[in-house]
Amino acid sequence: MNRHVAWAALAATFTASAAFAAETAPMDVKFDDAGGVEASLTGQPGDPSKGAEVASTKSLGNCVSCHVVSALDASFQGNIGPELNGAGDRWSEAQLRGIVIDAKHTFEGTVMPGMYKTGPFIRPGDGYTGKAAPADLPPILNAQQVEDVVAFLMTLKEE
Amino acid sequence: ALSSAALHAEMADDELNINGDTPITVKAPAASHLEGHLDEVYSGWLFRTDDTRAMEQDDFDNPIMIFAEKGMDNWSVADGSEGKSCADCHGDISEGMKGVRATMPKLNAKGELWSMEDYINDCRTNRMGAEAWGWDSGPMHNMTVAISVQSRGMPVNVTIDGDAAPFWEKGKEMYYTRYGQLELSCASCHEENYGNFIRADHLSQGQIQAFPVYRLKNAGVVSIHNRFKGCIRDTRAETFGVGSPEFHALELYVASRGMGLDIEGGGVRP
Ligand code: HEC
Ligand code: HEC
Ligand code: HEC
Repeated sequence: MNRHVAWAALAATFTASAAFAAETAPMDVKFDDAGGVEASLTGQPGDPSKGAEVASTKSLGNCVSCHVVSALDASFQGNIGPELNGAGDRWSEAQLRGIVIDAKHTFEGTVMPGMYKTGPFIRPGDGYTGKAAPADLPPILNAQQVEDVVAFLMTLKEE
Repeated sequence: ALSSAALHAEMADDELNINGDTPITVKAPAASHLEGHLDEVYSGWLFRTDDTRAMEQDDFDNPIMIFAEKGMDNWSVADGSEGKSCADCHGDISEGMKGVRATMPKLNAKGELWSMEDYINDCRTNRMGAEAWGWDSGPMHNMTVAISVQSRGMPVNVTIDGDAAPFWEKGKEMYYTRYGQLELSCASCHEENYGNFIRADHLSQGQIQAFPVYRLKNAGVVSIHNRFKGCIRDTRAETFGVGSPEFHALELYVASRGMGLDIEGGGVRP
């Protein structure tokens, strides 16, 4: 390998690990007894407008496939779960973070999928291809997307 | 999730009577093995829109009948080294195949669980000296539809005890397994949430007595195993293949959840 390229690759590795150092990995998330997660996953504030985008995009959170969220203008919102209007009044930020990361800690046996979880799964797939997942299957949402969605949920107040 | 009273309100209050002369039971008390899971079973037809339901009421409007006719034409065409047609051994399809669809899948003489596709290919390869048809090939779709039409209005009649029991148990276990990164089982959608909407899709009980169905979205025929494959894929899982041992077992179990309902012989779905 050319020496300049090697240096560049090494530098990139350092930068990447520095950027991720502050992030909590899916396996290291600590849930409290009620299923909440106190600490931010990134230490960076969430962006509610990006969170709104994540919530209404099929390849991302796809929350509207199961929940009605009147603040989003996505068509055909589902009703598998409760309406999320007013969720910011009903739950604390920590509780909402826990629900988005892995709702099974809050609601035992719920059908709501864990958004920041990498296993163990039964026959995990590679997205919606039907093929086997790669060994390093990423969570559905990354850490900052989780924080963005939580920030968006906090804006859902009953008028 | 909504209460069961609310669920039922989400379903059409309608009766299926194909061509006005073939009444089909689309709503029935659940079989005893479903106790604690479902009280009543419903055809997926009840969860479709007025327009889609209407297409299944009349064979002139049901696109699957084009495929049925092709299958019936092929019924008496000789093929393979033996120069035989299906009709040579089974006679008229309306007699030879009456009630067959309602019993599928079932054990063959060797104790293997076979779907209708397997029986057809066994006849083609071992009795006609012809090539097997692909599970989801055109000629296979045409023939399974043509055979299914002969059982219209007959109740689902699968055997789940005796030597079939281990297959049924395996299928049941699969039905409640939460597959994939979304960790959803068949029951998550079709038992706990039928009547609800997942985005624009109105969830039914995921019954198979209407299969093979015509799907408007694909403008073509969809087999039972192909539907299963898609549903498991949608849980972000590594799915199973059509004709796999897993899908044979699942087919038997899901068929048994439809006991009490009648075979539709070519449903229409979005
Ligand atoms: C496959 C269905 C499904 C998806 C997708 C889904 N949820 Fe849920 N969610 C549920 C169900 C069902 C519940 C109710 C919990 C229970 O009792 O099982 C729930 C509960 C919740 C709650 C608590 C509701 C309340 O106010 O009481 C919040 C908040 C929530 N979900 C947020 C989200 C967000 C944000 C997303 C997307 C990132 C999402 N959900 C995606 C099914 C889903
Ligand atoms: C040479 C004779 C012969 C030919 C030709 C033949 N079959 Fe068969 N078929 C049989 C026999 C024998 C059985 C087994 C009957 C049994 O075991 O009860 C059978 C069984 C079946 C079954 C299962 C029926 C049931 O109730 O279990 C189906 C479906 C079937 N055949 C379809 C076809 C089709 C479609 C064709 C043409 C593509 C065809 N067969 C051609 C002889 C034949
Ligand atoms: C994420 C939700 C989901 C899961 C999990 C799921 N399905 Fe489905 N399934 C659907 C949707 C949506 C449809 C189309 C609307 C309907 O009929 O429910 C459907 C349709 C079906 C149909 C066609 C019904 C008809 O009348 O046309 C069958 C059969 C079926 N599913 C079986 C299964 C089986 C078996 C499993 C488990 C291996 C399963 N599904 C898992 C969402 C799901």
